[in-house]
Amino acid sequence: MNTIIIRGLTKKYGSIVAVDDLNLTVEQGELFALLGVNGAGKSTTIKMLSCLIKPTSGDASLLGDSIISNPCLVKKKINISPQETAVAENLSVLENLELIAGIYGQDSKTAKKKAREIVEKFGLEKELNKKSKHLSGGMQRRLSIAMALISDPQILFLDEPTLGLDVLARRELWTSIKELKGKVTIILTTHYMDEVENLSDRVGIMAKGELTAMGTVAELIMQTGTSKLEDAFVVLSGGVL
Amino acid sequence: MKMILFSKRNTKEILRDPINFFFGLGFPLVLLVLLSIVNSAIPAEAENMMFQIGNLAPGLAMFGSVFMALFVGMLVSKDRTSSFLMRLFTSPMNAMDFIFGYTLPMLVMAIVQATITLLASGAFGLEINANILLAIALTSLTSLLFVGIGLFLGSLLNDKAVGAVCGALLTNVAGWLSGVFIPIDLIGGAFKTITNILPFYHSVEAIKATLSGNFSQILPHLTNVMGYTIVIFALAIIAFEHKMNGENI
Repeated sequence: MNTIIIRGLTKKYGSIVAVDDLNLTVEQGELFALLGVNGAGKSTTIKMLSCLIKPTSGDASLLGDSIISNPCLVKKKINISPQETAVAENLSVLENLELIAGIYGQDSKTAKKKAREIVEKFGLEKELNKKSKHLSGGMQRRLSIAMALISDPQILFLDEPTLGLDVLARRELWTSIKELKGKVTIILTTHYMDEVENLSDRVGIMAKGELTAMGTVAELIMQTGTSKLEDAFVVLSGGVL
Repeated sequence: MKMILFSKRNTKEILRDPINFFFGLGFPLVLLVLLSIVNSAIPAEAENMMFQIGNLAPGLAMFGSVFMALFVGMLVSKDRTSSFLMRLFTSPMNAMDFIFGYTLPMLVMAIVQATITLLASGAFGLEINANILLAIALTSLTSLLFVGIGLFLGSLLNDKAVGAVCGALLTNVAGWLSGVFIPIDLIGGAFKTITNILPFYHSVEAIKATLSGNFSQILPHLTNVMGYTIVIFALAIIAFEHKMNGENI
């Protein structure tokens, strides 16, 4: 079943085309990695799909609702973990989680229960009452993703979720993300090729606003006649090996 | 519900910063004590009524509320630059949830601050009567001007710029042009004309009229302040909605 159907999605800023006629479908429970160099159009695509900005033309259907005609319905089904950690600094881990749960309509009792469950899942039990500004970078990232998941989204956008993390923290976060596979449809953007190899079901490569290639990691390597994803990415992004 | 949750979060975010606590509640009290000492040192024959408690208390009630611009401006700006707002913009919250969610805590803080300042003024000779309740309500109303300024600037500038504009520039402009610290009538001329055009002096005069029971004098001053407040809030809502629907979040 297709959870995300994108048809002719385009975003222009004056004469600059940030995203050009994007067509794509993502299946339920799939982890789709969107790759591209800086300025390729990944973040703009995510912003359009999460109803943060309006497309210049085209549309996308998320679980049957259009991002243009029904953004309010779309917003109830999605959540996002932005590039920055995006947590309320002076609120504790528990308060951050309860805030987001409440905003998505959960009553106080349910929010508390869900918060307790999710901190366990993300290994944040010991940090429960700590102000989020006092958490390490890795813990803040975990909290950020936990905040995105507490609303039980059917679609999750992870925008460079491991940016700036050390190797151990990244690996721990990968484990948490892997556990979501099959249950939540995830669109992931990242610059780390090993992350894509470890996590993604399929990969889309964007260059200059266009989707230049799509397939599994193995398919992209085969298509370019290269030996690893990084080389395939360079070729498909218009670079030189 | 969403608006209340967001308001609670904003209240915690501001009050858990000790610097905010000092400037919000302590600074007007420090000024009250210092300027009362200055007043007691002025000889009676100088006939300088500026720092007499009847003038000082409403002035400080207004001046304290200027810091609401700094608090809300910094909060909005930090929420924007840290992408916390981006997260919330993808949630089912609407523009009014955000505007009221930022405004309500400021209104409550302004009420608490005015209550403390005016009641403390009682120790320096201000008559404590029912007019104080009305003066507190009026201060909360005039504080909306500064909340609006904070919302507007927070939607446009980064937190450093908001700190400079609201923390340094606005507090000075509001302080000097309100007549709290300098005698406007004595200076007169263009200076007095400017203070009459801008809302700061009128805020103080409206609170002063309330405290002294001259209710007929409130409306002309309040009209000026509320006119500015409506304009700045309209601009703040436009700027905020632009960010909500815009490209540069």
